[in-house]
Amino acid sequence: MDFKGFDQPGSTAAGDTRSVKVMIAGGFGTGKTTMVRSVSDIKPLTTEETLTQASAGDDHLIGVTDKAQTTVSLDFGKISLNDTLMLYLFGTPGQERFWFLWNGLFKGALGAVVLVDTRRLASSFRAIEEMERQKVPFVIALNIFPDSQDYPVDEIRDALDIPSHTPVVSFDARSRSASRDVLVTLIRHLKDRSAAALEPR
Amino acid sequence: MSAPRRPTDPSGLERYYVLTKGRSGPGGSASTLDVATLVIARDVPTSGMQHEYEEILRRCREPLSVAELGAHLRLPFNILAVLLSDLLEAGRVDARDPVPAHDVGRGPDIALLEEVLSGLQRL
Repeated sequence: MDFKGFDQPGSTAAGDTRSVKVMIAGGFGTGKTTMVRSVSDIKPLTTEETLTQASAGDDHLIGVTDKAQTTVSLDFGKISLNDTLMLYLFGTPGQERFWFLWNGLFKGALGAVVLVDTRRLASSFRAIEEMERQKVPFVIALNIFPDSQDYPVDEIRDALDIPSHTPVVSFDARSRSASRDVLVTLIRHLKDRSAAALEPR
Repeated sequence: MSAPRRPTDPSGLERYYVLTKGRSGPGGSASTLDVATLVIARDVPTSGMQHEYEEILRRCREPLSVAELGAHLRLPFNILAVLLSDLLEAGRVDARDPVPAHDVGRGPDIALLEEVLSGLQRL
């Protein structure tokens, strides 16, 4: 990878500010944007990637009228963790089939929260598979809607085939503190994994 | 004789084509840009500078993520990345990629996770 021009030592203009990112994944309508909105310090924003069939090389005329064109949107928010550390939360596009088109969407992420609507478990299957395939550490957060039935968490875990070491919690994505707690669960899970990885064998 | 007029603002794809001088993706250092990469201006805008460059330099006096820039400037990621690569190559901005929880060389970064955790717990 070419890091030329990045993070050069001695550049004082950059200050000490750093960023980390967490992905909020899950099927369509599971509450990704709601969660980002609940916990973000800023009004959630949307950034887009315009995808064309043109090759990625330079000097191509983009958007020639007969090229197929797709726009993939990411809703995101930001939390100032302290004076020099920003957490960015990105809600993944609802159409998981486009994820691979957004180059490196999950690269460099601390981990992911996969939201599940217990009324429509299947809508999050693809997101879970994708996390496993891309080896992104994640926790499952069951977004409890007013008319959701009260299933025991273990029943959902079985139905989704989630291994026992992956946390499954339930919460209300509209609540700031509940959304914050889900992020805390994710970071604790990442710490546990790291600690386990550091243990001598 | 009338004063020279600015060309009428092209919209959509034509606008992107003009902005990027026809490049569809960034080359060199900017090819690693992430949506959460922080951009920090090292320079002030100069007169006659292309409007978008000026906007980037103005907005990045404080570190701002590529995603936020894209949202504020209403530019798709790949188009913005082309413009940022120009500014990076000219040394007018710095870019700082998001810190991963696990560094290939150093292993897991427990201190970083602790820092994130205590930040969240203060919310």
